[in-house]
Amino acid sequence: MNGAGAAIGCVCGIALGLLTQHDQSRALVWGGDAEGGAPFVEADPADPSTVRGFDVEVAARIAGGLRHGPARFVQVQWSNIDQSVERGDFALGLSGVEDTPVRRTRHAVTLPYFEFREVLAVRTADQDRIRGLRDLRGRRVGTLGATIAYELLLAARDSTGIIPVSYDDDVHPYADLVAGRLDAVLLDHIIAQRALKRNGNEGFVILPAAAAIGHYVGVLAKRDSALRDSIDAVLREAMRDGSLEQIFRRWQVWDDSQGALFERVLRPGAGGGTTAGRDGAVAAAPSRALAYLPSLARAAGVTLLLSFLSMALAVLVGLALASGRLYGPLPLRIFTTGYIELVRGTPLLLQLFVIYYGLAGVVRLPAFLAALVALGLNYAAYEAEIYRGALEAVPRPQLEAGRTLGLSEAQILRLVRAPQALRYAMAPMTNDFVALLKDSSLVSVITVVELTKQTAIYATNVGSWVVPGLLCAIVYLAMSLPLSRLARRLERRWGGRSS
Amino acid sequence: MTSLLTIYGLGVRYDSRDLIRGLSFAVRRGEIVALMGPSGVGKTTILRVVAGLQAFDSGQVIVDGFALGPGPIPAESRLRPLRRRVGLVFQAHALFEHLSALDNVTLALRHVLGQSRPEAELLATKLLAELDVGSRAAAWPRQLSGGEAQRVAIARALALDPPLLLMDEPTAALDAARRTGLGTTLRRLAQQGRGLLLATHDMEFARDYADRAITLASAPPPADAH
Repeated sequence: MNGAGAAIGCVCGIALGLLTQHDQSRALVWGGDAEGGAPFVEADPADPSTVRGFDVEVAARIAGGLRHGPARFVQVQWSNIDQSVERGDFALGLSGVEDTPVRRTRHAVTLPYFEFREVLAVRTADQDRIRGLRDLRGRRVGTLGATIAYELLLAARDSTGIIPVSYDDDVHPYADLVAGRLDAVLLDHIIAQRALKRNGNEGFVILPAAAAIGHYVGVLAKRDSALRDSIDAVLREAMRDGSLEQIFRRWQVWDDSQGALFERVLRPGAGGGTTAGRDGAVAAAPSRALAYLPSLARAAGVTLLLSFLSMALAVLVGLALASGRLYGPLPLRIFTTGYIELVRGTPLLLQLFVIYYGLAGVVRLPAFLAALVALGLNYAAYEAEIYRGALEAVPRPQLEAGRTLGLSEAQILRLVRAPQALRYAMAPMTNDFVALLKDSSLVSVITVVELTKQTAIYATNVGSWVVPGLLCAIVYLAMSLPLSRLARRLERRWGGRSS
Repeated sequence: MTSLLTIYGLGVRYDSRDLIRGLSFAVRRGEIVALMGPSGVGKTTILRVVAGLQAFDSGQVIVDGFALGPGPIPAESRLRPLRRRVGLVFQAHALFEHLSALDNVTLALRHVLGQSRPEAELLATKLLAELDVGSRAAAWPRQLSGGEAQRVAIARALALDPPLLLMDEPTAALDAARRTGLGTTLRRLAQQGRGLLLATHDMEFARDYADRAITLASAPPPADAH
């Protein structure tokens, strides 16, 4: 088989594998997020194609108890576990999945198998001043989005005036705490301890008092309540026979509170729901939908402000780049060409990370400013090419006419070339602005909560993408359609406009 | 009468062949001179050389005392005296599309001579009226007919009051009546003491309105073409 044939065969093989991955009815297919890492689920350093962690062993124990085939792992983004399990991507979601009233109403949830404490981490220097959430008025507190901890912070924003900062992962909050971008991090004690260990046990401390108590559960599709009951039976058995304790001890997450939890669960007549200490943080679903409207409006404002400011920066820098490329001396032309190719040839996401995290050692930009700079500098490269094309599209006789009239090159650029180029540039600039409006959703990776991120949080909380997705789409269209219309009108009017 | 434009031994090479070789002629004040010859013979090139838009390889061009030599085009700042001496009307007029007819004429007055807007508009209105397009001052270039656009372009070229006016194929887009009108206008401009150099292959127009015709032959051109 030649190279092309081999490549096609390989692609077909992968496609077939992807299409048939649900067809392994013998195995217990479970989903988790290996990006969440140890001790929950992580890629095994010895064999990165497999996973390990206490949730992996819990899944294996469940599969064994069900007399199923082996447990088979499916990677899923942590915030999408609920959606994926309802879609049928896998039967059981396990990966530090929290027990919440909303999850209980929307899905089939197992009994709690692990008890965690929401703990605050603060910089070592602050440990005497900060003892709890109430000491953090007006301070920035980070956590993972769409978690109980985030709900606690939102509630605390209203009561104590702290500033919640939402992250997509549980590593960067601690990095930002040490870097001084955050004043505290609120997360599960397992995650906090892991972060402290990773940081060499320095830089921050974990406050002993728990801000709340929560439990990890397995989540199944609503229709799978029979399977859930079987899994509950296996979990009870694993609590009784000590196999669950062994798993937790192996991963060094066993403590007295787990024993107490097992006792409560195994007590005759005990129900599954033991979500003590945080019911107040999660309100009923219908009022939640309404409650999210102001935050959606605020997030739309962030998107709009960020897009306008980034575009303004992109236009200014783009003009400078285009002028440098057309009029500058050779070194400047080489530099501008290099910049444009570098920026257009690398992903915006990478640039966001580099500017926010990569440059943190040199200049510690606030998240919004970093987002603005990254978007602005990225789009500047595209604008520069538009302006260069538009400037070059102005017919040569127009420039020569300016020359024969005695205008200087600068005057020709300002009075003849640029005003005409602007007309050519209007349409592609509008397209770019609409694209920027949508690309601004990427900045959520550096903790800026804009429209799409807020929608994702909303969707996770109400357990459906239908209404939040529709609302979000309407808001984006409401922002982009008038802009396109305005630009078309300007384009027409600039068919003839006085200097 | 002294020469307004003197071209001596002009040579222009193009694609490593001689497009123009050893061309010499002069244009005096009050005189209309037609550069004749088939397409591609270098008529437009000569106008561009005189207007300082194109470099040439040998010879000398002197416009009212300002001399241009062979080699690269000098910097725009050094060409300033030439700009005040030569006006050029392009074949396709090249009016500034984003400016009204009036603003096309006021542009140089305001930004080169530094006149105020009212001052410049007064002069431009007068120029447009003299060229019979006073009523079209507010129109955009794309709203003008071919003849109107040409008159606005002449007004623009005359804004800085240059003694030498160059016109490239002035009758290319005109009907018979318009040609007569243009001829009359050019004669009037010559009577005001300007020298006019027209690149044209309209023999009839040249015969009726030019004082002299210089016929350029296809390459290789004769050593002395006048």
